Amino acid sequence: MSSSVTLRRQRLTPLWLLLPALAVLVPMFAYPLYQLGLLSTFEYGQPQVSGGEPARFVGTGNFRTLFGDPAFWSVLNQTVVFAAGCVLVTLALGAALAVLMTRIGRVARTVLSFAALTAWAAPAMTGSVVWAFLFDSNLGLVNEVLGLDGYNWLYDRSVAFALVGAVVVWHSFPFVMITLYAGIQAVPGSVLEAAALDGASTFTTFRRVTAPMLRPLITIVVIQSIIWDFKVFTQIYVMTRGGGIAGQNMVLNVYAYQKAFASAQYGLGSAIGIVMTVILLVVTLFYLRALRRTGEEL
Amino acid sequence: MRKLLALPALLALALGAGACAPSTDQPTDSADTKTGTLRVWLFDEANRAAKEAVVNEAIAEFTAAHSGVKVDVSYLATDTRAEKYKGALNDPASAPDVTEVGNTDLAGFVASNGMADVTEQNRSWSEGADLPADLVQTVTVGDKAYGVPWWIGVRALYYRTDVFTSLGLTPPTSYAELVSTARKIRAERKDMLGIAVGGLYTFGALPFVWDAGGDIATGSGGKYTAAIDSPAAKTGIKAYTDLFSADICPPQQCVDLTGGGTVEAFAAGRAGMGILGNFNRSAVEAGAVKGKYGVVPLPGTRPGSIAPAFAGGSSLGVFRSTTHRSLAVEFMHLLAGRKYTLKLYDAMGFVPAMKSGRTEVIAKEPFLKPFVDTMDAGTKFVPVDKAWTTIDAEKILPNMLQKVITGKATVDAAAAEANTQISTALGK
Repeated sequence: MSSSVTLRRQRLTPLWLLLPALAVLVPMFAYPLYQLGLLSTFEYGQPQVSGGEPARFVGTGNFRTLFGDPAFWSVLNQTVVFAAGCVLVTLALGAALAVLMTRIGRVARTVLSFAALTAWAAPAMTGSVVWAFLFDSNLGLVNEVLGLDGYNWLYDRSVAFALVGAVVVWHSFPFVMITLYAGIQAVPGSVLEAAALDGASTFTTFRRVTAPMLRPLITIVVIQSIIWDFKVFTQIYVMTRGGGIAGQNMVLNVYAYQKAFASAQYGLGSAIGIVMTVILLVVTLFYLRALRRTGEEL
Repeated sequence: MRKLLALPALLALALGAGACAPSTDQPTDSADTKTGTLRVWLFDEANRAAKEAVVNEAIAEFTAAHSGVKVDVSYLATDTRAEKYKGALNDPASAPDVTEVGNTDLAGFVASNGMADVTEQNRSWSEGADLPADLVQTVTVGDKAYGVPWWIGVRALYYRTDVFTSLGLTPPTSYAELVSTARKIRAERKDMLGIAVGGLYTFGALPFVWDAGGDIATGSGGKYTAAIDSPAAKTGIKAYTDLFSADICPPQQCVDLTGGGTVEAFAAGRAGMGILGNFNRSAVEAGAVKGKYGVVPLPGTRPGSIAPAFAGGSSLGVFRSTTHRSLAVEFMHLLAGRKYTLKLYDAMGFVPAMKSGRTEVIAKEPFLKPFVDTMDAGTKFVPVDKAWTTIDAEKILPNMLQKVITGKATVDAAAAEANTQISTALGK
């Protein structure tokens, strides 16, 4: 009898210890998420907010409107492709530079990290405005130097995406680089020494020793990058002036903003928010599961 | 175990959230106190001091006639204006009594139940007969007037007198001449746009649509039907988008120009012509082309005709939540009346909306003649419906124009798509 109570206590303990975290997470995340879900089932615009018309419960109406809109699917599609491209380039560049940092001298390393940190520290807004100005058709430095007077970098959809993608990568590679560099530095010298004694080549050491030890870090930067790049807003909004020529560079977050705030359809905007949340949750869950299967804990 | 904990938490959430579910409150109608402070919102301007002087004079006259009344004016900055209005619509306590409102925004405010119906008061106003019918349409939703037009701005064709003289050109009097003149300019002056037009410049494109007999939507009495895919509207869309060609205004440079962008291009001397408003004069005067430009009405297709201009400008209205209803209406009428709109013209160059005021300012200022001719030829307006907010915010018309300009869609396809989107917006 008493042993079962003790057992029960022991099983309860972790749950009570989670309470402080819950006390923060519930009001900060769960409640807004609940409100988002609630709003997404209403027809809720400016007239409803200010009481000109009653808020009307539409059930799944907003979702049906959304899924029935071909524009939504093309925006979703190009958001996925754009985010995937940005994640790949960010990771490749960040990892390559992290490795480079372990190979170069102190001065070069300082210069590199300083440059990266500056890009990291630049607010997305500032960075986007500066880049947009550099690539301006009439007054931009880039066109001036390349002699492309009047060339409009936003005219072609892919060129515009590539340009904005470059700015996104520029903003986010430092995080990957610094994190991975710190991870590489944290690999104990003795392990590497042992590998060397066993006759492992540099590549084998990296593949069999360094990379597995970096795995949790890589998971974090991959998930972070996916979430950041999927939710990209500022760079697209500022550089392509709200979605590009005829909306050709629209991504999901800008689309949601346009629906929810610019045209005050808060219900529909909330539905887009729910869809984004679900997609990102699924991505995260898949990744965590894949990670568990290989026996790694976060 | 987990369930035991989660259940009360969820319940608490649901209960807490219930209180904050979307509000469906209906604001009550306004009270009518005869003393106290009248709160007035007006737009901030680059040269606000001049506007403020006129308004202060009106306030002095108003407070002299009403003892125990004070008037408190706030000038709203352009970029935070929309937020202020959202706040005023959501919370009557932060709403003004009288407000200036951009005329395309008014219908949205009315749908949000923000504006007071002043149909009766306008009818009994001593200057009511002086209100121009076309502009009264811009403040009318259904069959009720929710304000008075204050001043008006229209666009016309600015052209470079120096370029025209040296190339032996005369100002175009028809669409065909507009095209040929623009081609000639670009052929002779390689670094110049024949005419500065923009893919994001809705109010530059609409005159072509209206001139062809088309419209964004047709209807009245509060019910509109999308009509941008009518054959006439498509003729107009084609006429405007045809100007985006390498020998007039190259798509690469012009597809993402806004109205402001075309003003900049013309003022900087990068364009032979431009569709600019009377309110853009100071920007042009401040640019490289100072003293080297003239203005004529934008020509329509039929030689000698004038393409209908968009009736831009601003209106005055009374917030429904006001507690000083009569005073608010009276102050609105005072500002919108002949006396102070004429003073406002002298100070700011805003053309009075009132018929007699218009006639008087044109007699004083020859520069205004082409604009007043344009107004007299009849102006047009966007649908007076809350859907305009959506149509505008979702860039339905600019997207349509840009698809045609970039060759991503034919006029037929782009217009059909826009028509569907406008129908959806109107149906909400």
